[in-house]
Parts: sequence; C-alpha cells; structure tokens
Amino acid sequence: MATVMEADRIGRALMRISHEILERNRIVDELALVGVRTRGVPIAARIARNLLEIADHTVPTGSLDITLYRDDLMRHTVGPQPVLRETEIPFSIDDRRILLVDDVLYTGRTVRAALDALVDFGRPRSIQLVVLVDRGHRELPIKADYVGKNLPTSLRQSVQVKLTEIDGIDEVDVEEVEEGVA
Amino acid sequence: MSVVQANPGTDSGRSVTLPTRLRSRHLLSIADLSREEIFVILETARVMKEIGTRPIKKVPTLRGKTVVNLFFEPSTRTRTSFEVAEKRLSADSLNVAASTSSLVKGETLTDTARNLEAMAPDMIVVRHGSSGASHLLAGVAGSRIINAGDGMHEHPTQALLDAMTIRERKGSIEGRKVAIVGDLAHSRVLRSNVLLLKALGADVWVCGPATMWPSGMARFGVTATTSVDDAVRDADVVMMLRIQLERMHGHYFPSRREYFRLFGLTRARMDLAKEDAIVMHPGPLNRGVEIASDVADGPNSVILEQVSNGVAVRMAVLYLLAGIDEGTT
Repeated sequence: MATVMEADRIGRALMRISHEILERNRIVDELALVGVRTRGVPIAARIARNLLEIADHTVPTGSLDITLYRDDLMRHTVGPQPVLRETEIPFSIDDRRILLVDDVLYTGRTVRAALDALVDFGRPRSIQLVVLVDRGHRELPIKADYVGKNLPTSLRQSVQVKLTEIDGIDEVDVEEVEEGVA
Repeated sequence: MSVVQANPGTDSGRSVTLPTRLRSRHLLSIADLSREEIFVILETARVMKEIGTRPIKKVPTLRGKTVVNLFFEPSTRTRTSFEVAEKRLSADSLNVAASTSSLVKGETLTDTARNLEAMAPDMIVVRHGSSGASHLLAGVAGSRIINAGDGMHEHPTQALLDAMTIRERKGSIEGRKVAIVGDLAHSRVLRSNVLLLKALGADVWVCGPATMWPSGMARFGVTATTSVDDAVRDADVVMMLRIQLERMHGHYFPSRREYFRLFGLTRARMDLAKEDAIVMHPGPLNRGVEIASDVADGPNSVILEQVSNGVAVRMAVLYLLAGIDEGTT
C-alpha cells in the first residue's frame, strides 16, 4: 500500500479547486454543491467551507445516494442488494449551477447514475463535476471539470480515499488487489 | 445474517462490508424474519420515503421487472399501496382481481398461479382469504411471493409499516407499551404485529371480547385482557383492529353499539393513555364501532401516516427481494 496524498495535500487540492470554482462561476449565488455518498459528502462540505471563507457566501449543500440508479443493480445474480443511504437535497436545483462532488473518478458509471438521479430533482442550469482523484480507465464519455489529483493507475490497483469525518484520517492510498477481489 | 460486499462496483474500486441480506426469497410471514432483517427493511423504507417527496417520484431500479398483484379479496389500501410502490420503482405491474379472474370459473389457486407463472413475472403480491395461501403459492411458483394478507394468518407489510410509523413518532419500539384492541381472533394484522413488536422488544397488550380471542394466545408472550381501560392505561401506542364482519360466521357480540360501548376507543379512554400516545388503525375504519370519529381524526391519530409509510415499506420489500439470487430458499 502506498500513500499518494496526505492531509495537507488534500487540503491544498480542495482549496485550489474552490478558487477554480469561483474563477469559472462569477455568480456565486447560483451555485449549489451535491456530494455523492459516501465520501463525496464530506468533500462537498469542505468545499462549501472554503467558499464561505474565500467569497463570504454560503453555498447550499446536499447529498445524493445513487444506489437506485446503478446500472449493475439487477445484474448481480448472486448477492443481496446494496444498502440504501439517504438523499438530502434541501433546495430546488432548478436553474442552479450544480457542482457534483465525488471522491474518485474511475469508470464514470457512478457519475452517470448521479446525473440521472439529479435530473429527477429538477432542471439545473449546468452540472460540473468535482473529484478529489481521477484514476483513469473511463468506460463512459465523462470528464471532470475540477480534479484534485490525476493518478495513473492499473486496473489491478484500488484507490482508497480516507477522510477524517468517516475514516478518522485524511489520506489517499493505492493498493494492489488480487485477481477477482477488486 | 451474512456479511457481504455491499458495493461491488463502486468507482473507487473499494469494497465495503455491510449486512443486507434477507435470507428468504419470499416475504410470507414476520415469523421468518430475524430482528436484523426487520431493521434492514425499516431502514431501507426510511430512505425510500424520500423518493415520494421528489418532483419526479420515480427511480429506475426495477425497470423491466414484472410484478403481478393477485388479489382474491377486496382491497383498496393495500393493493393501491403496492401498485404505487411498484410504479415508483419503475416495475411493470399488473392487477388480477378475483372478480375478473378464472377463479370464479372454478380454477384452483395453484392453477391460476401456474398460468401466471408462464408469463414469467418476477414477483407476485398475493392477498387471499385462506390462511397459508401465500405459502402454497411459494411452493408452486418460481416467482418471489409477497404475502399481502392471507386469511386470518398474517399481513407482514402492514406490521412493517406500523413499526415504521411507531419508530418515526416514538424513536424506538423497545420498552414501549403497545395496546392492540379489537377483533383478535380474525386479525392477521394482530398476528403480524405481535410477532414484530415482540421481536423488537415492545410490551404488548391485547384486548378484545373473550368471544374473539384466538386459541393459543399465551404462546405470543403478550398480556391479554378484556378491559380496554387496563390495556390503554399509560400506553405509548393504541392500535385499533377492525371488526371484520366479513369473516364472522356467528354471533361474537350483541350489537355494534354494545361493542362500541365496551371496546370502542373514545376520547375518555384515550385520556388514560400517555399524553403523547399515538392512535393507529390499519383501515378501513368502522367509525362508531371500534373507534370514535373524534379520536380517528384527532391530534393523536397517525392513521394517514400509516398509509404513506405503507408505500415506503412496500418499496423496501420489493427492492430487497428483487436482489435475492436464485440459490436462496
């Protein structure tokens, strides 16, 4: 296991992303953050804190569970259903510029599901994608707008983002996984 | 309960272990569920409830799945509740009602089921007047069977939605005094509720005329009484059961007015319960027979919340059963 990002690097990456968001979106009050469960949620909360600090503006923040929109849900012939978690979007997304936040961008299937879920809540003006790590190997035509770190990986590796709010520590690890365990 | 990989294909390529399994591929009885399985269903239902508050009240989860609602008894609430749940999960649902089915032409339940089976539905929701009908179907059908009420036996989704409602209002079920009052003998709602409430640690009191006590009630581990006042006193939850005139082939009480006087839930009786006690009823209401109108419509009543929670619980059951593989029993 190799640690590729530590707490201070994660913090700096999220601060840089926050500045980039403000650079590209002049009208702050149209912005809203939506974190994808599980680890997109605390990342979205941190970006919201950064934006409050830099721009003195509170950006509404929600969380999205994409389980019911997954394309592989009924394809697993063995095994029970994934656990559902709450979706909380306590504001109208109509005409907002949505910043969709996730920890790792990999195949792009989670983002595809999140986009489907989001449009069921309304019609946003735009959706931009924020990820802490882009590890490559896309299976769908999806690209992030803001990336904390581009991390070239092999398919045999697994990327684990750990966040203090959930895991008690801030770090990004890369692990070699044995065949079939991924 | 087995520990399984909950998100086998997440973007980070990481696996999470969480217990989510329902052991059975059918939902026939609360007796088949472990305490953990009950919590899995209730937690899933809590999440499902949010979907009903969205502008688009639909998720694509069960797209392409076919669910047959096979109802041999009249039902408005349960059938429409299942139907709404199926539609919110994008399943294709079709309704077969007894009056329009070949059962009136003399076809047996097994034959009806085999014929439906030939159309390859994924799940069959069945309501039938005979106790054990859903067990019979589970034995002959390849589909997953959900019991929507079988005779005087069980009505598991009703008990689950009742538990969800109690948890929402009271936080927990453990240690709560729950009084269940009414026609005990004919009630599948009673049986499912007693099993579930006992599994979650409630102090369950049941009350009804001695002519309407089921046999073997001692095995339930409940306190039985013919005094409504004793049952309701200091209760956190008062659950009224419907007088089921359609199942009564005999004289169980002198008159409806007499029944109301002795066993009906009135404002005065509710004053014996805890101040924040909730009043529940599975519907349809017999106003002025088992419950007074001012209680049914009063501030303690959660009868309509039960109906909205019914949709969420049925969505949870449909979702969880759809994921069970063919190898389970």
